[in-house]
Amino acid sequence: MDQFIEQIVTGLSIGSILLLVALGLSIIYGSMGIINLAHGEFVMLGAYAAWVFHTYLGLGLLASLVPIFLVVAAFGWIIERYVLSLLNNRPLDTILATWGVGIMLQQAVRLSVGSELRYVQLPPALSDSMDVFGISVSSYRVFLFVVSIALFGATWLLMNRTPVGMKLRAIIQDRSVAASFGINAKRVYALTFAYGAGLAGLAGALVSPLKSVSPDMGTGYVVDAFMVVVLGGVQSLAGTVASAFILGELSGGIAFLQNDTVAKAIVLLAIVVLIRFRPEGLFTARVRA
Amino acid sequence: MSISRRTLLRNTAALGAFAGAGLPHIWIKNADLAYAAGGEIKVGVLFSLTGTTAIIEESLNKATLLAIEEINAAGGIKGSKIVPIVEDPASDPATFSEKARKLVVGDKCVSVFGSYTSASRKAVLPVFERQNNLYWYPTLYEGRECSKNVIYTGAVPNQQQDEFVPWLVKKFGKKFYLIGSNYIYPKEENNYCKKLLEKLGGEVVAEEYVPLGHSEFSSVINKIRSTQPNVIFSTVVGDSVVALHRQYKAAGLDPEKMPMASLTTSENEVAAMGGEAAAGHFTSAPYFMVHKSPENEKFVEAYKKRWGADKVTHFVSEACYFQTYLFKQAVEKLATSDLTPPNIRDAVKGQSMIAPQGKVQIEPENLHTWLWPKIAQAKSNGQFEILVEAKEWLKPVPYAAYPGQSCTEKGLVEKS
Repeated sequence: MDQFIEQIVTGLSIGSILLLVALGLSIIYGSMGIINLAHGEFVMLGAYAAWVFHTYLGLGLLASLVPIFLVVAAFGWIIERYVLSLLNNRPLDTILATWGVGIMLQQAVRLSVGSELRYVQLPPALSDSMDVFGISVSSYRVFLFVVSIALFGATWLLMNRTPVGMKLRAIIQDRSVAASFGINAKRVYALTFAYGAGLAGLAGALVSPLKSVSPDMGTGYVVDAFMVVVLGGVQSLAGTVASAFILGELSGGIAFLQNDTVAKAIVLLAIVVLIRFRPEGLFTARVRA
Repeated sequence: MSISRRTLLRNTAALGAFAGAGLPHIWIKNADLAYAAGGEIKVGVLFSLTGTTAIIEESLNKATLLAIEEINAAGGIKGSKIVPIVEDPASDPATFSEKARKLVVGDKCVSVFGSYTSASRKAVLPVFERQNNLYWYPTLYEGRECSKNVIYTGAVPNQQQDEFVPWLVKKFGKKFYLIGSNYIYPKEENNYCKKLLEKLGGEVVAEEYVPLGHSEFSSVINKIRSTQPNVIFSTVVGDSVVALHRQYKAAGLDPEKMPMASLTTSENEVAAMGGEAAAGHFTSAPYFMVHKSPENEKFVEAYKKRWGADKVTHFVSEACYFQTYLFKQAVEKLATSDLTPPNIRDAVKGQSMIAPQGKVQIEPENLHTWLWPKIAQAKSNGQFEILVEAKEWLKPVPYAAYPGQSCTEKGLVEKS
């Protein structure tokens, strides 16, 4: 029984990391229709920002979270403004453009700070483990779980309870009609992309103390993030949350019973099969046409 | 001007005749002279500077270049300078093979220093065997190879495990949890480890492989908790090592009761994971940065001076450094006109020198290297503390796990 609870908690932890990484992508993909292949590199930039703040400015991870969000968001804003907005309504071109941006970011980091693995310190206050339902769990993993849920909540509020969110939803439904009501679609898109990039940066900074920081760390995350978003259903924030935790429990469980290699294969296979029969994903946002 | 077919033919023939007379070295097969032309000895340096394994291979590139610069500063090899031709194979085996061909056939390098992963070594092997050139491979690896065109200066399984596994069993107990990355090196090392454990009456509670680059170890840690091994025997490589150690630490496991015993965790990985995550775990290797010897002090000082005070040396970069000196010794034995890869191979057999780790020697039979196994424990300051040093150097036995086979000067021999 203990083992079962332990495994459920583990799955929640894996799921929360997936959610963290996928949230930014879900916003960008779901609302703007841009397949952002540079998402992994935004995650990587966030991790490097954490390293820079820690090594050169002596800031702890928790203190540097807000600046990291702002730095990576500014980066996303520049890329939306000067690359993607010039490719409006051409989704295939944005795939190529974001892929190219990703490669350039990777090489830029490699050339400027070198390709060795970097070290980001675990916040000392969270370096112990604590009891959850009688199971010993790393405090930092619990913290990640709380943060990912909080970020989801903030994003949901932003989308559904603020003027910017309302404008964005109007644009998603019909851009030209929204524009004729005086909504500045360009500005809203740039802000949305910046927000998504900032979330990715936060995710990178937050996972860096548990994993490692290297120029090509983004590659793995972008695959995970796309799996979560596609399984959950594009345009559905709640679907993203559900699918992150489903994937977390599934891969954690199979990894425990078999091993991680098998888990990876089975999870991918399951998604392929599911997409075959439910191309729109598990959850779809109902929009009046 | 119009070109008729006749004038074109005539001009082409004239050009051909000029090229034949004026550029004779294209036509005359005199490769031997080219190996030491103009007081220069060209060698290839083939370590990835981009891609996944650049993380570690960059340091191998640096250690090799440092040795070459030192040799040249001290007057070169009998007056000839070593000229390194650096190529970036981008962590991709196919690119390794392509660049190796360029170095050997195009640049006429007399030897190439390169590779970290077994996959990349296997990819370049056909190039060196077909061209009868020489590849110097510095990495610890799984053994079970007997090429006459590779000089192996890293440890093979018997040199890392023969002391280590019995020591672990004696100190911590007989229950081992084997975990590795999913490719040939960890599987062969675990294969040898299981044989040693069988002799010692040990028990393997689990043997598990994770995908390369894997970074989520919470399920593995749950399994470790539920099987309660005495030792976690790890051959996980690359950034996965960092993730495994950090998550082990975050999960609150105790290295004093259940240490990780690794064949792959060096100062390089420890720097990336942070000393507190590495502290208390063990590594077996022939070299550690803290090893006390005049040669090592000189090596570490020179490396930091050349590449930066925050840089570390480790058991693969040390091999890169000393194998370049062994190359120099072998070339010194040859007359300039005899400078060919096969002659260098014959000259390096039995060559020895005092490396930073101690005296090393190339075994004439199998072209592997006699090394000094050491067992060390990681400290929270990011360095190791050497606990056990072998009293004698250890012979390389690349087929130690396969009693029916042995690597001899004539090649692989099957014993009946």
